[in-house]
Amino acid sequence: MSGIELHDMGDIILETRDLTKHYGGVHALEGADFILRKGEHVAIMGDNGAGKSTFVRQITGVEQRTRGEVIFDGHPVHFDGPLDARKAGIEAVFQTLALADHLDVPDNLFLGREKTFMNWLGPFRFLDYKGMRQDTLDALQKTGVKIPNIRNTIQNMSGGQRQCVAIARTASFHSKLTIMDEPTAALGVQETAQVENIIRTLKEQGEPLILISHNMRQVMDLVDRIVVFRRGRIVANLNRDETDGQDVVAYITGAKTQPEYDVEGVT
Amino acid sequence: MAQQSDGIGGLKYDKSKKAWPNEFNIFIALILIVAIFEALGQILPYMNGQSFLFDTQDRFDTIFNEARLRIIILQVAIIGIISLGVTQVIISGGIDLSSGPLVAATAMIVMSFAQTELVNGNPNPKAVFGPWAFDLPIIVPIIVGLAFGAMIGAINGTFIAFTRIPPFIATLGMFLICRGIAQWWTRGQPVSFPTEAYAWIGSGMMPVIWFILLAILCHVLLRYTVYGKHTYAIGSNEDAARMSGINVKRHKVLVYMIASMLAAFAAIVLSSKNLTAQSGMGLFYELFAIAMAVIGGISLTGGRGSIIGTVLGAMVFGVIQSGFTYVKLDAYFQLMAMGAIIIGAVVLDQWRQQRAASRS
Ligand SMILES: Nc1ncnc2c1ncn2[C@@H]1O[C@H](COP(=O)(O)OP(=O)(O)OP(=O)(O)O)[C@@H](O)[C@H]1O
Ligand SMILES: [Mg+2]
Repeated sequence: MSGIELHDMGDIILETRDLTKHYGGVHALEGADFILRKGEHVAIMGDNGAGKSTFVRQITGVEQRTRGEVIFDGHPVHFDGPLDARKAGIEAVFQTLALADHLDVPDNLFLGREKTFMNWLGPFRFLDYKGMRQDTLDALQKTGVKIPNIRNTIQNMSGGQRQCVAIARTASFHSKLTIMDEPTAALGVQETAQVENIIRTLKEQGEPLILISHNMRQVMDLVDRIVVFRRGRIVANLNRDETDGQDVVAYITGAKTQPEYDVEGVT
Repeated sequence: MAQQSDGIGGLKYDKSKKAWPNEFNIFIALILIVAIFEALGQILPYMNGQSFLFDTQDRFDTIFNEARLRIIILQVAIIGIISLGVTQVIISGGIDLSSGPLVAATAMIVMSFAQTELVNGNPNPKAVFGPWAFDLPIIVPIIVGLAFGAMIGAINGTFIAFTRIPPFIATLGMFLICRGIAQWWTRGQPVSFPTEAYAWIGSGMMPVIWFILLAILCHVLLRYTVYGKHTYAIGSNEDAARMSGINVKRHKVLVYMIASMLAAFAAIVLSSKNLTAQSGMGLFYELFAIAMAVIGGISLTGGRGSIIGTVLGAMVFGVIQSGFTYVKLDAYFQLMAMGAIIIGAVVLDQWRQQRAASRS
């Protein structure tokens, strides 16, 4: 009997079965079985091109999967786009950040979900600039971001500041699941610490998280479980408390293999 | 300390040193160009010291040469209305080449619904339809025109949004289709003699009033509504807009529809002003409208620009055109010089952008 059906679904927020994505001939993601429990923080690690971002794009509806199933919050889902995923409660920081260069910070924070008034005007409803600016200041203060002027356009910001804006956008809306694809890749020491604090806050609030990161110290500090991707496949599923950096690296490089890894992890 | 730290996280930010808005530069350019023509009037021997801008005929009640000013704004008003729509298309990252022929096609169709029965007591010699189409209420031709514009815009937008056809090609095709419609409608015959009510729309300074009203409306749309914000977002980074949950395809269709409806309205104003519609109308209008936007600082790569810029760009365009006539430049050379100025405006804009990027 397949182990998957034995789960108590009430405990699981996200599950993928045989999730697969091919780009023409490129098998970027192959048969990924993955489980995330409510309140659990999981790291995804793996070399460049291992399929980590591809995995995220299938879950968030940015792309349409080749085959497989995604079960979110108890229901099989088929998101047509990231808006669907967001409406269902998945917030994501994409590796490409998805910011509009010519717009300023509040515009980007609220892009696609603007505060408005006179809503009967449909697409021509008015923007509540004041409200969005205030909320932006609050959100940035909370995340400890350093930005001289929120009215600055994104194109005039440093890479780290851009990343902070993208993270603030994700962190300032409540969600059932947060996904961050290399959120601290361009950040300085202090900013990285701030982002890690945001992640800890999510943990305290019981919000589940998928964190993609190449930073071993960060992963060991923050998460409950580590899932290793290699050449488009999930090759290991390791409980944080029962593994160490060397072990994880061995799986990432392929020096070590888990013959029948266990989707559930060890609880 | 005079400097106030306003930034988040302790970073310094001096509010008083904010960069000039781009529109301000265009305004300066406008003044410079006027000054150049004024100086040419004094320098060129054959000008006999005429003034470009000022009233030199010793009439005490006016300072400026009002007749010239009036001609300048009247000249740019109708193409300016088209330019308001083209501006939105360009900000969204597209281009619309079909507006000139759309003006001709719309004018022909609309005029057919705006004809009067009797011209000086005789039956209208240019009648397109039967008696049922005579002396219809003014609202009929207006609705027909705007609906036609909306339809053309929807076709443009749908092809651009839902297929991979580049906007340049899709609207170039529509350019030919619309010119074809304009010629086929009456097999090349002009359509004339509108009702008095229809003739009012474009009479006197009315084109300028329409231009100002529509400019204000478009400014509000772009600056203060979700529609505007999404237009900029799509032009700035289409993928980011999509990932943020904006329905990019639907939005593009809307942008092209609005642009074509503005062009259709320009056709109504123009045919009313001329009291006739001809299939050759609107020659070069699509290019002049794009030129106004480009001179006004609308970036052809999308995401940047404003209606205020386009209005200033239209003024610059009008002043240059009028100035060329004023210094008695041949019409041939006028076209060539205009082309050079448009290229210059784009080069200048790119140079300015690079400089801005290297400063930050
Ligand atoms: N749109 C695409 N078309 C074709 N191939 C693609 C596409 N997107 C990704 N790939 C390929 O799929 C593979 C997995 O890419 P992915 O972005 O998921 O890697 P990743 O694990 O996130 O790597 P990194 O750590 O560098 O971010 C790569 O070999 C990549 O070249
Ligand atoms: Mg990646």
